[in-house]
Amino acid sequence: MDAPTAVAFTPKTRRFVMRYPALVGMPALLIAFMAVTVIIHPDYGSFDFQSLAMGAMPLAFAAAAQTVVVVAGGIDLSIGSVMAVMNVLAASTMEEATFGQSLLLSLAILVAGALVGAINGFIVVFSRVPDVVVTLTTGFVWGGVALLILEKPGGGAPDDFLALGQGTLFTDWLPTALILVIIAVAVIWIPVKRTRLGLLLYAIGSDRIAAFRSGVNVERTRFVSYVVGGLFSAVGGLGLTMTTGIGSPLAGVYYTLSGVAAVVIGGVSLAGGRGGIVGPVIAAYVLTLIPTDLIFLNIDPNFGQVIQGTLIVFVVMIGGLVAVLRARK
Amino acid sequence: MSELSSILEVRDVAKRFESVVALKAANLSIKPGEIHALMGANGAGKSTLVKILTGVYAHDGGTITVRGQTKAFRSPAEARAGGIVSVYQDPALVPDLTIGQNLRLAKVAPAAVSTWLKQLGIDGIDLGAFVRDMPFPILRLIDLARALSSDPAILLLDEITAALPADLSERVFAVTKLWRERGHSVIFISHRMAEVSALCDRTTVLRDGMTVGVTETARGSEEKIVSLMLGRDVAKAQTAAQRHESVGSQTTSDAPAALEVRDLHCGLVLNGVSFTLRAGEVLGVAALEGQGQEELFDCIAGVRHHDSGAILVEGRELKLSHPGDAIREGLVLVPANRLQALLPQRSIRENVGLPAFRRKDRWGPIAMGAERGRVESAVKRLQIDTRAESELRRLSGGNQQKVVIARWVANGFKTLLCFDPTRGIDIGTKHQIYGLMRELAAAGSSVLLFTSELPEIPLACDRAIVLFGGKIVHELAASEADEGTLLRAAHGLVAQEGAH
Amino acid sequence: MSTAAPRTRLIPGGGFGSLLRSQTVVVLIALLILFVVGIEIGRPGTVNSVWVSNMILFAAPLGIIAAGQTLVMLTGGIDLSVSAIATASAYIMATHSEGGAVWAVLAGLAVGAVVGFVNGIGIALLRVQPLVMTLGTGLMTQGILIVYSQKMLSHGPRVPEFIIALGSSKILGGIPVDLLLWAPLAAVMILGLRYTGFGRLLYAVGDNRGACELAGVRVSQVLLTNYVLCGLFAAAAGLVVVGGTGTADMTLADVYLLPSVAAVIIGGTSIFGGRGNYSGSIVGALILTVLNSLLTLLDAPEPIRQILYGAIILILATAYTRLTD
Repeated sequence: MDAPTAVAFTPKTRRFVMRYPALVGMPALLIAFMAVTVIIHPDYGSFDFQSLAMGAMPLAFAAAAQTVVVVAGGIDLSIGSVMAVMNVLAASTMEEATFGQSLLLSLAILVAGALVGAINGFIVVFSRVPDVVVTLTTGFVWGGVALLILEKPGGGAPDDFLALGQGTLFTDWLPTALILVIIAVAVIWIPVKRTRLGLLLYAIGSDRIAAFRSGVNVERTRFVSYVVGGLFSAVGGLGLTMTTGIGSPLAGVYYTLSGVAAVVIGGVSLAGGRGGIVGPVIAAYVLTLIPTDLIFLNIDPNFGQVIQGTLIVFVVMIGGLVAVLRARK
Repeated sequence: MSELSSILEVRDVAKRFESVVALKAANLSIKPGEIHALMGANGAGKSTLVKILTGVYAHDGGTITVRGQTKAFRSPAEARAGGIVSVYQDPALVPDLTIGQNLRLAKVAPAAVSTWLKQLGIDGIDLGAFVRDMPFPILRLIDLARALSSDPAILLLDEITAALPADLSERVFAVTKLWRERGHSVIFISHRMAEVSALCDRTTVLRDGMTVGVTETARGSEEKIVSLMLGRDVAKAQTAAQRHESVGSQTTSDAPAALEVRDLHCGLVLNGVSFTLRAGEVLGVAALEGQGQEELFDCIAGVRHHDSGAILVEGRELKLSHPGDAIREGLVLVPANRLQALLPQRSIRENVGLPAFRRKDRWGPIAMGAERGRVESAVKRLQIDTRAESELRRLSGGNQQKVVIARWVANGFKTLLCFDPTRGIDIGTKHQIYGLMRELAAAGSSVLLFTSELPEIPLACDRAIVLFGGKIVHELAASEADEGTLLRAAHGLVAQEGAH
Repeated sequence: MSTAAPRTRLIPGGGFGSLLRSQTVVVLIALLILFVVGIEIGRPGTVNSVWVSNMILFAAPLGIIAAGQTLVMLTGGIDLSVSAIATASAYIMATHSEGGAVWAVLAGLAVGAVVGFVNGIGIALLRVQPLVMTLGTGLMTQGILIVYSQKMLSHGPRVPEFIIALGSSKILGGIPVDLLLWAPLAAVMILGLRYTGFGRLLYAVGDNRGACELAGVRVSQVLLTNYVLCGLFAAAAGLVVVGGTGTADMTLADVYLLPSVAAVIIGGTSIFGGRGNYSGSIVGALILTVLNSLLTLLDAPEPIRQILYGAIILILATAYTRLTD
């Protein structure tokens, strides 16, 4: 998807840009970041690009999982813990497995992810407790489950399985990790987006009461949003296993918060109903580039977290400022 | 009438919300091919009955029979499948979806909706446009067209004309009649007696959660409906009206100016409005929908910024950047939508007391005794029903409206800016509110009153101005402000001949 | 998160739900007593004055963080930066202890005020959703603290004696010292919410922000002040926590984030704002502390305790919400 040049600004493209600013803005932001990276580190090579693709893969799935839930007007603060559960589940069961078995186990883990998402969704809908509180708490519980499965980092997976996420295809500049993200997001999201389900998710995210009055089963749709989110989290957990080679029960925290960061930066409204999945996924790559650039610049990579936090704060504050100024006019 | 001749039969339906009884025994019988009005004062239980019929609430007692089958709808979708579709007061369209997507959401064919929209006088609508970018009256008509396309046996119209300009209302009536000709039924809810008597075949009246009467609607039946709706309150309402008779005719042209507006501009909607409101005067504002009246009130109340022109109090030009600035000058607003001004989960006392804490120096300890005194006297003065005082959302619409006004009575003001304070309110409460305005004016305060119901202007006001296209096109004394004159001026017709 | 789900069914009148709604604190105290009785039955002899005094000692920091959380949740907000603030406050205090204890404490509290102020700017003036704003500032605070701690390696954190006394000792035969901080704060909270203009405004803003503006209230001032207060409460709680552990590290107060929200929810304050009070949050904090002690007595491994703790919070919150909704 190329960014349209300023010359060919027909009304149709303008409408497209106005409606989906993230589809234009996010690739531009990523290209800008890549350019900066190459400038400060002229030796940037295919190996660096591959490690970017690998490093960002789990976060890209965390962002996708969060997007589905947020678009439907919810929030899921348990995504990181769910990814950790799937990660340790994979690493502890695949350690002695053959490549074929590991693929079957991956399928089982996808089912487990959907199931965990279903549990989250069921509690949110049934309890009527606000989703923030529910998922904050279930995140704590899933964190316990991850520790129960694997007390400390360990386990493993067959080399062929790891190669799925660590290799390249055709050229050194096409990491399999990147292909996996594109395929998985497309396979899960396109059927959702193109069917009635996508319409329902956006509808309840935009205005639950109007959707209810239009005949939408709001509770069932909310439930489904968490199931789809759980599915993405499971892919994320598998991605984590592929790229790190082990299971780590405490990997969770990072992906919950950074996933929200990616969603915010990727132009999805936390109020629900607006935004797509491409923006947050690209934002995951931008967020992964930041600490890399800091290392290239010989700056303490711990600043990465400062910058990530600052970035969230700035993005939402500027968004707020624009809205406030527009309202004042 | 035999049972079989009715398509919908509601028998002794009851509904309680915790300790509050919303419906005791509602009865309603709808025949095929009729437009049936459902009327009642605020708090009579109309909205509860509507929500039960459309599956939003479950009823506790009684039976609902549709075409001979007992039904209990659990959601609007089930009600739709059962042949009952409602058009709510606020459109049931999802803002972040396009119109086409909204139609798909409700599973109706765009072609059918377009046909109905054409009937309603709207041609060539852009299905790809987002709902959030569309004007409110159009959304209402889309909502209506969508409801009609699902071909319901019973169409429920809840205050559909409340925010519609007159020409669009007329088209809605025409389509409603067409619907009747096709042998379908309509339940029509409105507070506007003129609409009801012109459109409806029969009327069911609810009072205090019970059906108190069913009457054929014909010319002259208005009185009967009103007395059914009011019950014992008729006497009270009349005294309020009479009280007005005795004070209303006083002229106040020599009184000092309480508020002066000079050449006010705001966006494209206010194009140079000037008038003077005198102390002790009730000045009426008449206008069709969207002629700048909302912006006028908002600018004076500090809710919106004006582009040019001036607002003066006691000869001083005001700089209003927040409602707090206007309140400090004694300009207080009663907004069109009372829910905008209220705290639904808090008590009457906290709602009435709220403006007292607007300044930082009042963030400290509250003088509880003094506050209680102030609040109680305001509540008494407005005769607010305090049975459900602990949570404002449990009050009826009329009582909620009174709380908004009581807030300013308790906190003190100089000029009350009342925007359609009687929208959706029953006649008894209306008379009380207008009576109060006369009292306030007699005590030296002034009132700027916009009402969408033109016959009320001569009842409540001393003088009236008519807005059209963001300008004042006519100014007249209350005695000349009959409905016909106002209506013609509001359409921009008498600007020249009337003003002399 | 402002739209409540359309309520298709309503709980029929009366019964336990309305009792819980009108007498939240009484019902919660009954639940607390039930937990205590459970402990005594499970391990006879556990419950005595020392145990009670320990429970209060452990509950105080949670109770103080929950005070701030109550304030922001009453306005319909949430503060997910409280744990980062508490940790940073404790660490900054400890690394400044050589310059004098008073300065150290002030430096710690200043962290709370500054982060709270940033939260307030975003939420009150720029209308950012509290959830994202505080998530972002929490991340930022944590990150800055990590960078700061690596610069401070030369002189490691040292917690002053009187902070240790505040966080871990008892006087007069069993009164925990931190109660001397918590009790007055609690009194100010409870009375302040009821009998001051600011308290009234918090409920009002939480119930309908627009209505407050129309009534002339400058809501952004109220919210800004409120988030600063919440930051200060969190910072104060951080000092008590570090007094209890004796050493400051990067994850010191992380465990308090979930309980601070849970205590308020269980205590009957609506996350959508406009309803609730601090006495409920106090009992909520006590219940969660006793629950923790109950799970410790079970001798179960850490993951199991974590799962049970979360599950019980969910059950309590569900029961409360479904019964009173």
